[in-house]
Amino acid sequence: MSADDRVKEVGRRDLLSLAAWGAFCASLATAMIGMLRLPKPSVLPDPSLKGKVGLPGAIPEEEYRKVPGRNVFVSRSEQGVFAISSVCTHLGCVVAPAPAGFNCPCHGSRFDAMGRVVGGPAPRGLDWLKVTKAPDGELVVDEGETVPPGTYWKV
Amino acid sequence: MEAWKDYVASVKTLPRSVWDSLVRHGAPVTDRSRMETVLQNLFLHIHPTRVHRWSLRWSYSLGLGLICAASFLLLLVTGVLLMFYYKPSTVLAYQSIQDIHYVIPSGRFMRNIHRWGAHIMVVAVILHMARVFYTSSYKKPREMNWVFGLVLLVLTLGLSFSGYLLPWDQLAYWATTIGANIAQSPRELTDALGITPYFDPGGFQKTLLLGSRSVGEEALIRFYVLHIMVLPLLMVVFMGLHFWRIRKDGGLSRPEDADERLGPPGDDALPVFTQAQKKSYGLMAVVRGTSPTVGRGPENTVPAWPHLMTAEAAVFMFTLAITVALSFFFDAPLKEMANPLIPENPAKAPWYFLGLQEIVSFSAFAGGVLLPMLALIGLGLIPYLDREPGGVGYWLGGRDRDKRVFLQSAAFGLAAVIGLEAFAVRFGWLRDWFPGIPQIVITLFNPGTLLTFLYVAYSVWIIRRENSTRLGGIAIFTCLLAGFIILTLIGTYFRGPNWGFYWSPSHWPVH
Repeated sequence: MSADDRVKEVGRRDLLSLAAWGAFCASLATAMIGMLRLPKPSVLPDPSLKGKVGLPGAIPEEEYRKVPGRNVFVSRSEQGVFAISSVCTHLGCVVAPAPAGFNCPCHGSRFDAMGRVVGGPAPRGLDWLKVTKAPDGELVVDEGETVPPGTYWKV
Repeated sequence: MEAWKDYVASVKTLPRSVWDSLVRHGAPVTDRSRMETVLQNLFLHIHPTRVHRWSLRWSYSLGLGLICAASFLLLLVTGVLLMFYYKPSTVLAYQSIQDIHYVIPSGRFMRNIHRWGAHIMVVAVILHMARVFYTSSYKKPREMNWVFGLVLLVLTLGLSFSGYLLPWDQLAYWATTIGANIAQSPRELTDALGITPYFDPGGFQKTLLLGSRSVGEEALIRFYVLHIMVLPLLMVVFMGLHFWRIRKDGGLSRPEDADERLGPPGDDALPVFTQAQKKSYGLMAVVRGTSPTVGRGPENTVPAWPHLMTAEAAVFMFTLAITVALSFFFDAPLKEMANPLIPENPAKAPWYFLGLQEIVSFSAFAGGVLLPMLALIGLGLIPYLDREPGGVGYWLGGRDRDKRVFLQSAAFGLAAVIGLEAFAVRFGWLRDWFPGIPQIVITLFNPGTLLTFLYVAYSVWIIRRENSTRLGGIAIFTCLLAGFIILTLIGTYFRGPNWGFYWSPSHWPVH
């Protein structure tokens, strides 16, 4: 008996109306979710993030060389060649070399020579970037790929 | 021949009949035609036909809401004019602004008005909010209109910020880079929890804003569309809601005894109901008992035409005069063309964000996302948490108690922010003492969050001490205003290269 009562409570028209509204909302939501992907293209229109930085022997030892036109510092130590991003991890300003490491002009973050934070608001150290070797022997730094600090390209 | 005579008569009366078909009522010289002047005009009928004399008092509203609307109108007109010459592309944007500045007749003037109008609008919006708060005008039935006002505040700041990038100079580029990275700063939290690879709202927000990894062509066109289309449209919609609600909520707020306090109308007020009134409106809604005309005579209302119209025209002209005067003497800045490799030093956001930038210099997430969100939510909740009746329509309720708490709160708010800032400038902050400290600790404990905690604690204490939520509201709002002003002043005048503290730019090191 309760089954019959329930059928009466939600009538045929109510059910159809509910189904129609449900279908309408579902299709709208699906379309909207598709639309939400609009602001994020499959490929971001950035310039190439990889760039040559010179032959391994030309990289200075125990000092940093700013790669012209890129936000990259390269240097060489006993362990090998490494590259550090010059983009501050706080709010994206470009750090400048200082006697003790790097200073950020925007909000005063300070980093030591290995890119570790020593002061200011930066949440983490400067990114270390992946170094590879191109077929012609020059080294290539990829600004899009970070590596754990202390990763060297062995000479 | 009859037809010919009619024809000649029609030609003779042509201007008159065209005018009469445009404006159906006569000249606004009687009460009825004054009413119809307002009521039958699409652009005027957002006004009431009659307005209470309290609403016309300069010392009450200070015309601040109208100044906001007037400056928005100025920005709309000059903005459209600038759009004829501005080219939203990274290659051409800077040159087109230079053209507007140096080549196009009166282009510089238009750009200056656009710049100064934006500053004036931000100032007026903030002052208007303070006026509404200190006269208790957010109280029932005006709660939702206070919230709409907050939406308008956010839209105003959004419009200012999105316009900041368009000149594509150094100032624009680096302020936007900082802004976009603030949008990314929830990573401070997700990094600390180690969930960034799976859940990255910060990165999503930055990509949404810039459409790229860094500020470039995509970012410029996004900011352009936001600035000239999306945000102005939203602005107009919410301004419409805001104005509509003023009328639906019973006009400008006023005290219960406004009629007695005002006394009889002066000689300059147009007489009231000089002739039999024609019913000029229908029953549009069932109003609550707080409606101004229920059970009370309309003695203290005057016709909106001309009283309200002349007052509005005066405010519009005042705004125009100030903006034009500033634009005549002070040019909008234009630095060197944007250079993604060399940041400005110091790189400063527009002045109304410098208070936040001051906190951002401790933690990007706390200063750029957490505290602004908390402040906005807190402000939005004020009318729902303080529901004490009374005191509406007077500055600080017209009570000595409120004035005392206001002064105490201002003193406490100023002392707390100056004390904390002085401490941080003199002794540094956590990372200067413990270099290895994790960022999450600084995100949670920095001068900004501590200040917020002090302010909230103080207002809770006031609620309990004075046994009044309204006084608690006065405490938190006044503290917030004091903090905002002091942090903005420090960020604007006392921060130099590397965000160091300097008493004057003349002490800045050479760099």
